[in-house]
Order: sequence, then C-alpha cells, then structure tokens
Amino acid sequence: MFFPVPDFKGFDFFPHNLRIPFMRYKGLCFTLSLIFMAASLGLYFTKGLNYGVDFIGGSLIEVQHKNGPADLSEMREKLNALGIGSVQIQSFGADTDVLIRVEQQKGGEGEQQAAMKKVVDTLGPEYTQRRIEVVGPAVSSELRRTGLIAVFASLIAIIIYVWFRFEWQFALGTVVALLHDVLVTVGLFSLLGLEFDLSIVASLLTILGYSVNDSVVVSDRIRENLRKYKRMDLTELLNVSINETLSRTILTGMTAIAGILALLIFGGEVIRNFSFAMLFGILIGTYSSIFIAAPMLGFLGVKRDTIGSAPKVEAAPVIAPATSAGADRAKAAAAGRPRR
Amino acid sequence: MLHFERWKIIAVVLVCLAGVLFTVPNFFSKQTVDSWPGWLPHRQLPLGLDLQGGAHLLLAMDTKELEKDWLTTLRDDTRRQLREAKVGFTGLGVVGNSVQVKITKPEEMDKATEAVKKLVTPIGNAILGSGGNDITVASSGDTITVTPTQQGMQHRVSSAASAAIETVNRRVNAMGTSESTVVRQGTDRILVQFPGLQDTKQLKDLIGQTAKLTFHSVHPDISAEEAKQTRTPVGYKVYPSTEADGRSYVLQETPVVSGEDLVDAQPGFDQRTNEPIISFRFNQSGARKFGTFTKDNVGSPFAIVLDNKVLSAPVIREPILGGSGQISGSFTVDSASTLAVQLRSGALPTKLTIVEERTVGPSLGADSIEAGKLAGLVGCLATAVLTIVAYGTFGVFAVIGLIVHGFLIIALMTILGTTLTLPGIAGFVLTIGMAVDANVLIYERIREELRSGKSPIAAIDQGFQRAWITILDSQLTTLAAALIMFWLGSGPIRGFAVTLTIGILTSVFAAVTVTRLLVSLWLKSKGKSRIVEVPV
Repeated sequence: MFFPVPDFKGFDFFPHNLRIPFMRYKGLCFTLSLIFMAASLGLYFTKGLNYGVDFIGGSLIEVQHKNGPADLSEMREKLNALGIGSVQIQSFGADTDVLIRVEQQKGGEGEQQAAMKKVVDTLGPEYTQRRIEVVGPAVSSELRRTGLIAVFASLIAIIIYVWFRFEWQFALGTVVALLHDVLVTVGLFSLLGLEFDLSIVASLLTILGYSVNDSVVVSDRIRENLRKYKRMDLTELLNVSINETLSRTILTGMTAIAGILALLIFGGEVIRNFSFAMLFGILIGTYSSIFIAAPMLGFLGVKRDTIGSAPKVEAAPVIAPATSAGADRAKAAAAGRPRR
Repeated sequence: MLHFERWKIIAVVLVCLAGVLFTVPNFFSKQTVDSWPGWLPHRQLPLGLDLQGGAHLLLAMDTKELEKDWLTTLRDDTRRQLREAKVGFTGLGVVGNSVQVKITKPEEMDKATEAVKKLVTPIGNAILGSGGNDITVASSGDTITVTPTQQGMQHRVSSAASAAIETVNRRVNAMGTSESTVVRQGTDRILVQFPGLQDTKQLKDLIGQTAKLTFHSVHPDISAEEAKQTRTPVGYKVYPSTEADGRSYVLQETPVVSGEDLVDAQPGFDQRTNEPIISFRFNQSGARKFGTFTKDNVGSPFAIVLDNKVLSAPVIREPILGGSGQISGSFTVDSASTLAVQLRSGALPTKLTIVEERTVGPSLGADSIEAGKLAGLVGCLATAVLTIVAYGTFGVFAVIGLIVHGFLIIALMTILGTTLTLPGIAGFVLTIGMAVDANVLIYERIREELRSGKSPIAAIDQGFQRAWITILDSQLTTLAAALIMFWLGSGPIRGFAVTLTIGILTSVFAAVTVTRLLVSLWLKSKGKSRIVEVPV
C-alpha cells in the first residue's frame, strides 16, 4: 500500500544513557531558590511593582509622531508643566512612538478625563493617538482584587487536582514549585521595573499551568516507577524518574520557547512584557519541576505501593536513607502495612 | 490502541474537514465571502477592539445620587399625601436613609399613616409579578418614617440602568454604526463598545448629555403637512416622530411639563381590559401643571417628546389630577415596555461617569494584526521544524496534527463567535507549543519502549497507551487554570483564556487522535512486511 510520507528517522539528540545525579544538587538548589524567593519578596515589599494603569488607575496614552522621531525631552518639559502630577514618558518600540503614563488624578473620574484632554491638547496635531487607556479608581481596585483571586484560585484548583490524582506529598511539592515560579517572576518584574498589568497576570496563570504540566509529567513517572521498582531507594528512584523524563522536558521546553520567542521578537510592543514574562516563566517552571517539585518528595517521602509485591522477605526495605524522616515513614509503611 | 474502525476514521476525517470548512471564510475579505453560495459557512472570526481599533467605555451610574433623588421625591410625595388628607404636620425631611415627618395632632395619626401608606407600591411591574414593596411606612409616637427597602433600591437602580442603556444606545446608534454594542455589566455599570471609532470625544459628549423629555400640547387644527406647505404658526414647531412612518406633529414649542417632573413610568396591564399600558407618575409640581393642562384639553392629544422626537401622542380621555395616570392604546407588551423605558430615560437622568476607557487607533490595531500573524507564523514554523527534525516521519504526523489543531481552534472560535484579541493570538501560539507536548510525550515513550527491547509495534502501542494518562493529567491541570482565568478574568485575560481552553481541547484531539490515526494508517501501509525500524 502506498503511503505519502517516506520513512525517515528523527534526530535523537539526547544522550539517553545520561544519569545526572539531580538529587545530589537539591541542597544547593533549595538554598538558591530560597534566596531568590526571599529576594523577590524583599523587592516586592521595598521596591514594589511598577503597576500598570489596570491596577493603580490613571491614564496611558500611546502616541506616534506623524513625521520623524518624537522629541521626548520637549514632551517631558511640556507635560510636566501641566500640573497633572507625575507624568512618565518613554519611547515605545520605534523612535516615533511614545508611551505616556499619567498618574491617577485626585477628585475622581471626571478629573481623569480632563487630564487626558490636557495631554492630548498639549501634544498638538503632530501626534496621532494610537491607544488610550483610562482606568478609574473603582475599576482598578476591582481588577487588582480579581487578579489576585484568579492566581490563588488557580493555585487551589491545581492543588486539589494533584492531590486527587497523586498523594498529598506530590501536591505539596508541586505547590511549592508553583509558588516559587510566581514569586520569582514577580521579583524579576520588580527588579527590572517592568510594567505589571492584567496581561502579566494572564502570563502568570499560564506559567502556573505550564509549570504544573511539567511537574505532573515527572510525578506521573515517579508514580509509575514506584510501582515498577519497589525496592529502589527513594532518592535513586526520583533521580531515575527525572532522568527518564528529561528528554521530554527539554524538547517540550524548546518548542514552547520557540513559540514564545516568536511572540517576543515579532509580536509587537504591546505584548512584549507579556511574552517576556512567559519566556522567563517557562524557564523557571522547567527548573522548578526538576529541581524543586521532585526533590521535595525526597524530603517529604511517599507511601510506597506494595501491590503484588514479591515474597515477604524481599518486600522488606533493603535500602533506606536514615537521614530523612519521610523515608523512614515510607519504610514503615512498606514494611508494616501493605495496602490492600 | 492502534486499530481504528472504519467509522472512526470517517468521523476523524469529517471533523478535520469541518474544521477547514469553518476556518476558510477567515482567509478572505468580507465581500468575497458574501458572494459565496449560501450553503457554505459565511461566519468570520470577530476581531477584538485591540485588533480592529475602536473604543471601549465602561460607564458607571451614581447610585448614591439615585438614592438621594428618590428620598427627595418620597419627601415631596409624603407632603402631597398629607395635604390631600388634610392632616397637619411639621418637621418633614430626609433623615439618613429615610423620610420622617411629625404629625401635629395625635388623633390624626391613623389617618396620616393611611394616607402615606398609599405611596407603597409593589415592586416589579404587572408583567413580572410582585417582589415585595418598594418602601416601608412605620409609625411610632407622633412620627411617621418612610424607608426605601433593599429590593426597592435594587429595583430603582435596575430601572435606571435600563433607562440609561436605552439613552446611550439611542445616541450611539445615532452616530451611524450598527456594530456598536451597549450592554449592562453588573448592577450599575454599562459597557459601550464601538469598533472603528478613533476619536471618542463626540461619543463622550453624547453620553455626557442628559436625556431631554418634555410633554407638549399638539396644535388643534394644522397637520404637519399643512404646516410645511404654508407656514408654522407662531410658537409652534414641527417635530418628527420616532416611528419609521415619518409622521410629524405640530407642537407648541414651550412644553407643558418637563421630564424632570416625571417620577416613574412602568409597563403594566389595564385591570379591566387587560391590554398593555404604561403607568406614570409626576411629582408635586408636575402633577399640578399636568392636572391643569389635562383638565382644559380633554379630548385632544398631547405629545411626549424625547430628545426632540415624538415618542407617542395619546389623547387625553379625562383630567389627570392626582399626578399619576396611564397611557393605553395600541400597545403590545414589548412596545409598552419600550416606551416606559424611554420615559424613564428622560425621567431619571442619571449621571454617567466613565470609569474605564480603552481606545485603540486603527493603525495600532493593524500593526498588532500584522505582528500577531508574523509571530504566529514564525512560531508555528519553528515548532514544525523542531518536531520534524526530532521525530522524522512521526514528526511529520505530529505536524499534520498541529495543522488540524490550528484549523480546529479557529473553526471553533468562529462558530462560537469568540472575539479574537491580541492576547488570544498569544494564547494560540502557546497552545501550539502545548499541543506538541502531547506528541513529545508519546514519541519519547515509544523511543524508551524501543530501547527496552520491545518490538516496533508493541513499542508504538505502549507509547500511545502509557503517554495518554500523562497527557490527560497535564492537560486537565492546565484546563483548570484556563477555566479559572475565564471565570474571574476580565479584558485581556478573558481573550487569552478562551483561546487556551479551546486550544487544550483541540490539541488533545489533534495530537492524540489524529496522530494515532496517521500512525495506524502508516502501519497498515507496511502490510505484512515486518517493520524493521520505527521512524521516530
């Protein structure tokens, strides 16, 4: 029978005999991650986030000079003289494009519109308005609230799902990894002073989705191996599981990054920050599922499934790390009460 | 896992074809699509305001102001009721959230309470049935307290909102676009979306005006045609009607009563004839003016004019002295409720404030579409190349799956009428990456099974089977996140979540079912010859 696609083999770039002792680095990774998380929290509370108009209210206007580059310093001088509070002016993509942000005006929504009108009138007809966003205080506080709720609701939904599908230890490990991803991404945005708006919340939620995806794939393999290698030491088993799924983790990461790089480079200025958050989030999400979620299980220990175990003598634990309390419990569980 | 029954193959192929069929209109211009024969799908993906340019305004009503206005009206009504009942009172005024009045003579207390209780109206018009009363009247000692109920206030806000929507809609439509939408959001907000609008100044000015409702007397002898041919009498003016028949009326220019004096208007049914009516109520000064006018003009028509157009010109059957009356005539349930809303929109000129404005100029929108297309194309190409390089022939199958996935997303979004936004495009690109993940899981698994020494067919079968659980787990968790984004999100988050949700569903079909079918067909093409090598 004829088949339109000829047979040709793919390029298996990944050295499959690789056995990277990931678990050996867990101390280092945990320390590093803890430092990053602490630093992110510190940045969040001291430097804070550069919130966009979605979250603090105020106005944003993107203008384009009709001919030739925009004169930022002149613009700055003119607009700051208007007496409408702090005005931020930055070049946006091309040198003809300028993004102007005016802070929330005191005295409610009407003042907001008035300030916007002043800006437009001052700029004159050489500038065309490409985009205007004016968000009042009521709406911005609502958006802030629902944004926060969305992130936490997603986290909770994910915890519940992972908890149902796996043991609670997996859920805890996954959640720590997720919190880590969100915190560090937020920390990076604070550090670089990038604008944090609604679209960044969307990207945070996607990062959550991606990271949990990664963790679940590794967890799935750990669960499978727990059944397969009933006597293997937990640290070794985690290591084997991570290594076995590593080629998938890397390839999927590569395809995801290819798509996001395309968005970052060609997607335009409007979604640049969004794409950047996504790119960073995918890198950090991949890292966290390998170096945080899985090693957490090493600390927490898991109930070993002994269904269909070999004779009793063999079922007794052969190797067990004496240092970890969790592993001791696992040992007790394996020896003492075989489930069902 | 690898055997496909014939009907399943046909079903998969049909789904793919449907995907292509519903996607295709998006590749052509609107005019081209319109010229197609009727049996072809014509629907195109609506573009979000951020892509086609346009204005998005969120307006909020001042509910505090509404409450204040109502209390003032209640105070005036109480005064009128007590005067009619000829009861002496002092200290009438608004105290906090209610109206209080002291009755001078204790023996008149019962009579006074009875009179004030006449103000209590059941909520909900006759059409929807009653939902409690709008106010409560309580008396203790020498004091009568009139307090609006929670439901009463809600009803008030809701009435005002529908009136405001009516006003905004009428004005926005007058600007000449039919594609604009005006919808209620929450209890006290109105969302106006106006595609293609660049300069929002005119729109804002229009929305900022308060509706002008007036009641005029109609010239007794001269018809509009005669007035146009000869000349309009002094003090009179020709007003067009809102109805499509193009009828006009000659009305006295000075109104008898203005809309500010109208307190409320609700649709209902005449208790005797059971025909749809509109009942309305004036405040004290309005009632007096309207009473005198109707007494002198029984048998002749008067005109209700909203923003200089005649809504209706009913004939006065009998004098309306108490301030409340009803308009009956050839109304349907719908037209009665429309007229009531129109009357209210003039009667309750709620101030609307712009709490959120997002305007995108068409040039930025066009740039965004171009950027989105380019990014999408490059992203898809890069993913396809990576997949084919990594997995050879099976990689090609995965890419075919991806193409199906792309078509299905667009087709589903088109069928559902979901708006495509820039974050939506980003979501689309992302789902391509996520869809390929399923294939990566399957193929890596096949490779693993091969390495462990399984026969090619067993390895392929195991690969699909084992990877399926993982795929399900990982896609379901992402779906949970996407659904929450949709549920709680607003604006850009929503557009993104919609694409992501649809993308997760189609990616499972494309990556698992379509690819598996292709692999199964490929196996069949090998016939009885034993496969030596699996091309992954």
